[in-house]
Amino acid sequence: MTTDEAPQRGAPGAQEEPPGTPAAAPAATTPASSWRTLRRVLAPRATKAQLTVALLAALLGFALVVQVQQHRDDGLGSLRQDELVRVLDEVTRRGEELESEVVALRAQRAELVTGADTELAAREAAEQRALVQGILAGRLPAVGPGVRIVLGVTDRAIPPLTLYNVLEELRNAGAEAVQVNDVRLTASSYFVEGPEGVVLADGETIRPPYVWLAIGDPSTMSSALQIPGGAMAQVRGVGGTTTVTEVDELEVSATRDPVAPRFATPVPPEG
Amino acid sequence: MIAIVGLLIGAIIGLVLEPEVPAALQPYLPIAVVAALDALFGGLRALLDGTFDDRVFIVSFLSNVVVAAVIVFLGDQLGVGTQLSTAVVVVLGIRIFSNAAAIRRHLFRA
Repeated sequence: MTTDEAPQRGAPGAQEEPPGTPAAAPAATTPASSWRTLRRVLAPRATKAQLTVALLAALLGFALVVQVQQHRDDGLGSLRQDELVRVLDEVTRRGEELESEVVALRAQRAELVTGADTELAAREAAEQRALVQGILAGRLPAVGPGVRIVLGVTDRAIPPLTLYNVLEELRNAGAEAVQVNDVRLTASSYFVEGPEGVVLADGETIRPPYVWLAIGDPSTMSSALQIPGGAMAQVRGVGGTTTVTEVDELEVSATRDPVAPRFATPVPPEG
Repeated sequence: MIAIVGLLIGAIIGLVLEPEVPAALQPYLPIAVVAALDALFGGLRALLDGTFDDRVFIVSFLSNVVVAAVIVFLGDQLGVGTQLSTAVVVVLGIRIFSNAAAIRRHLFRA
């Protein structure tokens, strides 16, 4: 009778399975005798069979420990081929997902960088434009080469129209920033005669001597002012004195705040 | 007693030596261990049944191990190694459970 197959073919094995038949068990299998058997067997006896059993048990213990350690040590080494293939598939698919994510993120980053560059360029251009237009509109002080004109009066006042002609002459000669005394002159500047014969430039009273500072090409402006019958000649014609000096660098320091247009609005850009 | 001592000695040797399992044997070692456990429980049950025989135990122990390993090897060759080793483990596990139940009834009448 084999040890491990006895339960399957022998009557005792079949008898043990249903728990409702303890009374049928023979006297040899009462717990007390079972314990006795166990104790008797456990007592060490150096028979050949016992030694063989011990050897087999040692083999089992050895194999058990080795297998447990082996299993704990290697993660992939003990897997079978199809399991390895599955793991490889998963890793590959995950890698592809990450790859495509990398591509998407790179594209997004490039987009953002380009957008930032465009925005930066637009801002720089806007700042540049603001500087240029600030000078032209009289909002910002300006430095540069130009002419300095001093118009003195003797006995008669210089009429506003003559002063305006000086401004027009400077504009024609390409003056980019002009001030007279402390008034910055712009595209909308005017000279009128105020009460008691004073001259108002853009509503500000200016008194002689009129000191003009104009930034532009000095020689062009200088010669434009002094041509026969020109602006300087007219000033002299009304009894004024004129001094025109070409200056390598002068500062137009007077500014004015441009008035926002009340009626004009920008033409909407054509879409 | 001598079997328990042998088990402990074998375990200690395994712990001390920490041998590498050869790659060719790796799929078969766990199955063989389970089969040997089954033989051990079967032997214990036979002992309590009063039908224990040393020679039978030794032969059944060795043949259990060899047959289990051979089944898994065959399964590997046929391409159903995973399923077959699962089947072997299930069968041996059921037998271990029923043997353990029989031992329990012998010792505790429950």
